[in-house]
Amino acid sequence: MAKYSLRHAFAEALVDLGKKYPNLVALEADLQDSTQSIQFMKAFPERYIQVGIAEQNMMGIAAGLALSGKIPVTHTFACFASMRACEQVRTSIAYPKLNVKIFVSHCGVSAGTAGTSHHAIEDIAIMRAIPNMTVIAPGDAREMRQAAEAAIRYDGPAYVRVGAGEAEDVYTETHHFEIGKATVLRDGNDATIISTGQLMYEAVCASDELRKQGKKIRVLQMGTVKPIDREVILEAAEETGFIVTIEEHNVVGGLGGAVAEVAAEIGKAKVRRLGIQDRFSPVGTAAYILGEEMLTINDIIVSLLEFVKE
Amino acid sequence: MTYNELERKAKEARKWLVETLVKCGAGHPGGALSSIDIMIALYFEVMNIDPNRPEWDERDRFILSKGHSSIGLYTTLYLKGMIEKDTLLTFRQNGSMLSGHPDMRKVRGVEMSTGSLGHGLSVGAGMALAGKMDKKKYRVFVIVGDGESQEGSIWEAIMFAAHYKLDNLTVILDRNGIQIDGITENIMSLEPYADKWKAFGWEVREINGHAMAEIVPALKSVPFTEGKPSVVIAHTIKGKGVSFMENTNAWHGGAPKGDLAAQALREVEEALAKD
Ligand SMILES: Cc1ncc(C[n+]2csc(CCOP(=O)(O)OP(=O)(O)O)c2C)c(N)n1
Repeated sequence: MAKYSLRHAFAEALVDLGKKYPNLVALEADLQDSTQSIQFMKAFPERYIQVGIAEQNMMGIAAGLALSGKIPVTHTFACFASMRACEQVRTSIAYPKLNVKIFVSHCGVSAGTAGTSHHAIEDIAIMRAIPNMTVIAPGDAREMRQAAEAAIRYDGPAYVRVGAGEAEDVYTETHHFEIGKATVLRDGNDATIISTGQLMYEAVCASDELRKQGKKIRVLQMGTVKPIDREVILEAAEETGFIVTIEEHNVVGGLGGAVAEVAAEIGKAKVRRLGIQDRFSPVGTAAYILGEEMLTINDIIVSLLEFVKE
Repeated sequence: MTYNELERKAKEARKWLVETLVKCGAGHPGGALSSIDIMIALYFEVMNIDPNRPEWDERDRFILSKGHSSIGLYTTLYLKGMIEKDTLLTFRQNGSMLSGHPDMRKVRGVEMSTGSLGHGLSVGAGMALAGKMDKKKYRVFVIVGDGESQEGSIWEAIMFAAHYKLDNLTVILDRNGIQIDGITENIMSLEPYADKWKAFGWEVREINGHAMAEIVPALKSVPFTEGKPSVVIAHTIKGKGVSFMENTNAWHGGAPKGDLAAQALREVEEALAKD
């Protein structure tokens, strides 16, 4: 399978969208290479706004631009957009339901050895708790491009996670991203894995591995964490009885929390949440940290087998 | 130490800094090389600290608000005998104590975890205020980046420190003129910079941030005025000491490899040998 950088997939998609939407403007807070907004800057210098190292100001500026007919797209790391500028996002963007698109790079632990200050393992929970906010976490380049277009087309605030590294291709031509709809990547009734973001690759690999042993594990990619696709969760609970969620995020309040909230309403499935177990991760590369946090293909398999045995 | 001895120590620091960068393959050399002379002056001449007792209550405090320059701080702590050489060389490696941005819970001697820009000065002001409340003699030194001071929170702290007359608080502003995306004056202009600090109630000195004969006397004479916080605007060169890293944003972050790595190592070693 091929791999592609989500940041580049997003940046390229944004340049295409810039041609389609003349009122689209990009904002950057001194990270144009890291976020790859440099591509938009080169294509549309007159629609590119450098705010300096001032994320809170960037969100307010974006709100003002949105109120004046623009579609502002903000660029910075996930930690700074969701935490440093959180209240500007909540009160000046989500509350008046303004058409601002917050694309965040380096989500989860993808900033790796930079350390905890640059990780964002809380952002899904934070953004999910804000009314009017749409929260999207694409898993590969194809889903990223489709999600970028969907977020721009959608009229309202959206928070879109973009990882720092490369993502393995999982989406085929038949898969399609739609806001609020999960994508069924594998069928099966023995158990369900629900993933979000790049860990959808691990989810699919775990399912394929178990299929060799005769176990059919359904895989659902939750490209949108909010609004969450309630229907597929309720179906999976009814039909498979066991759901493992996997996310590059704290297990508190993220995808696992969202799935558990829905599943608990009908009480028909056990839910096991794989993610970062409510701690700040050790120093290391993203791959090392995902191993330390037990978020590998093997960890998913072990979790599923424990249940399938029961 | 004499200025000459301090300058030699700074050359030694540059050698270790570049060696760590090259061996570990990651880091932010630009802003570390622009502020290393200041960190050496603080730790070897200006600050009242005991390397064997980093928690000593009366010690002067140091905060690296621009935490991405961590490799400079770690190198300084190594030369001061506060971290081991073997530890230094694990910088940003899997399982290390030394993350890209310093973690006070992992490294003894690091006063505050930093890395998100614009936090450190508020924390330093809190420490300085506590010192005043408890009538302690310790002083607080904070290194802030020029790009970093585009964050609004920096100006909130500046206002606070003047309001509470924190003359036990000193900022050293690393005015290397460059941030990640380019020159500060093109990205988000700061000038007239010294006048802004003055207008906010601080006493300002401007120095060459690579000359010990300017750094040490300035830092030794704080507070410049009783009842006012002090800021030393240190005019520096981003990447100072490695020719191809100087005065460019290209080496804000990243480690050289191959021929460039060899050249960087040669330059800092030769500078030390010449001494
Ligand atoms: C709140 C926040 N926003 C963005 C960043 C990413 N970042 C790291 S260093 C840097 C530039 C800093 O420039 P400056 O303060 O001038 O540092 P120096 O040139 O001394 O290295 C940026 C934008 C960050 N660490 N924290």
